[in-house]
Amino acid sequence: MAIDLDILKVRIAPQDDPETNFFWASGEDGKLRFKHCQDCGYYSHPPTPRCSKCLSANVQPDPVSGRATVLTYTVNVQQWVPGQEPYIIAIVTMEEQDDLRLTTLLAGVALDDPNIIGMKVEVRFLARDDVWYPTFVPEGSPA
Amino acid sequence: MSNPERLSFISGIGRSASGRRLGRTSMDLTLDAALEAIADAGLTRDDIDGIATYPGGDAIMSRGFGGPSAAAVQDALRLDINFLYGSGEGSAQLGSIIEASMAIAAGLAKHVLVFRTVTESTMQGMAGRNPAGGMARAGGFLSQFGAVSATNWFAQVAQLHMHKYGTTKEQLGQISLTCRTNAGVNPRAVYRDPITMDDYLNARMISTPLCLLDCDVPVDGSTAMIVSHVDYAKDAPKPSAFINAVGTAQYGRPSWDQYADMTSMMAQGVAKQMWSRTDLKPSDVDVAELYDGFSIITLAWIEALGFCAQGEGGAFIEGGQRIARTGELPINTHGGQLSEGRLHGYGHVYEAVAQLRGEAGERQIPNAEVIVAANGGGPIAGAMLLTKGYSS
Repeated sequence: MAIDLDILKVRIAPQDDPETNFFWASGEDGKLRFKHCQDCGYYSHPPTPRCSKCLSANVQPDPVSGRATVLTYTVNVQQWVPGQEPYIIAIVTMEEQDDLRLTTLLAGVALDDPNIIGMKVEVRFLARDDVWYPTFVPEGSPA
Repeated sequence: MSNPERLSFISGIGRSASGRRLGRTSMDLTLDAALEAIADAGLTRDDIDGIATYPGGDAIMSRGFGGPSAAAVQDALRLDINFLYGSGEGSAQLGSIIEASMAIAAGLAKHVLVFRTVTESTMQGMAGRNPAGGMARAGGFLSQFGAVSATNWFAQVAQLHMHKYGTTKEQLGQISLTCRTNAGVNPRAVYRDPITMDDYLNARMISTPLCLLDCDVPVDGSTAMIVSHVDYAKDAPKPSAFINAVGTAQYGRPSWDQYADMTSMMAQGVAKQMWSRTDLKPSDVDVAELYDGFSIITLAWIEALGFCAQGEGGAFIEGGQRIARTGELPINTHGGQLSEGRLHGYGHVYEAVAQLRGEAGERQIPNAEVIVAANGGGPIAGAMLLTKGYSS
């Protein structure tokens, strides 16, 4: 059975921003993209018009594997929105680069799983109103 | 040449009523605190020639977070001033005090009124606690994933600290228990009834591993101080609190989730820089007033300031004896934001001055001569070392 990615009762949408719109639209074809330096290969996130490492302007959004490792996490219990069930927020490190991280939601993981830190995960997208929210599930989860 | 911050000192302190849902305006509270601070410094409003505040502007991120702008207070007091500053950027909340100090060192002003005012309790009472507040859209890359509260961001710091170093929930709880014990002898604290470790461990979970008692208490209140040129120290009516060294550095990425070592914070660079500007050492510190928006922030400051090594903070506070008022490093002697209330950084500086003067009443630490006050957490940090004696 497919993992339910629709975790939040209320979704805060991203702002319309020419620097970041590509990131939120990227999942339409199932791929996660980051700004990628065509000269030195460094991924910069949040996106900037120049490579944060070598300062080259030759950067473009490129797809990544979508595979990541959980650096840390929290189970949010407080109902900031009435009726919201507890959910797992995590910071994940992308496989491509040690300092390429995303704050995200984890789906398909038990709230009391003792081994969430270090867990191998992969991206899935929740599409809502022309935004594709990258969400992560344990690696190898059913599509 | 000595540090320019040593050309100034805190000559006066003042505060308004503070508490839950006072229902008073931020300007009303601010003027109470400001007038008390001016009088405490032995000055009149005509002596004030500078104003600085955090966050300033027109109550950015409002919901009671921002007080009146520096200019609004200037106008309310009908002052002619030589220096004005208000910013939410800078070295955390006490960055506004450091800016005042620097303005004095630069000869721009002689007596700067600094203040921080919050009305979060009243505003949240009216509009609810949802930190996202019904926002449909937001910038950044946090709230879109349900990470809407600072509790979520710091919870992940605490989780990793526990995972990497074996820090326990019981150890972290000593911060909350210590603050509550200290608040018990602070008549102005919001929460004064003692709590036990069982109370702490059974408190309602907010965002694992942080429970309700790991989170500070929103209040209404204003805190004000007068930063004056040291030439005034001999004439000031109250004992001086001299600024010995400040830390303003930002090393590493200023980000809630991209900072390289997520078990620590921007506090690291601030502490390193502050200690580089003084001959005093961590072992010289008599009292530490360390920001406690969340308990884990205080733990991170203890490590960053070098009271113990990185990762050893849990063992350092184990049992709570070391950080008690009778211990080797008393912390948050007023009860901190966890129990006195969230005066947002300035409460810690106010208490540092009160302790240096010997005005802290039942909670006074004997012979407190060197006190560190630290503000901020995550990507936001600032610190200052205050002394009873003057060092040129």
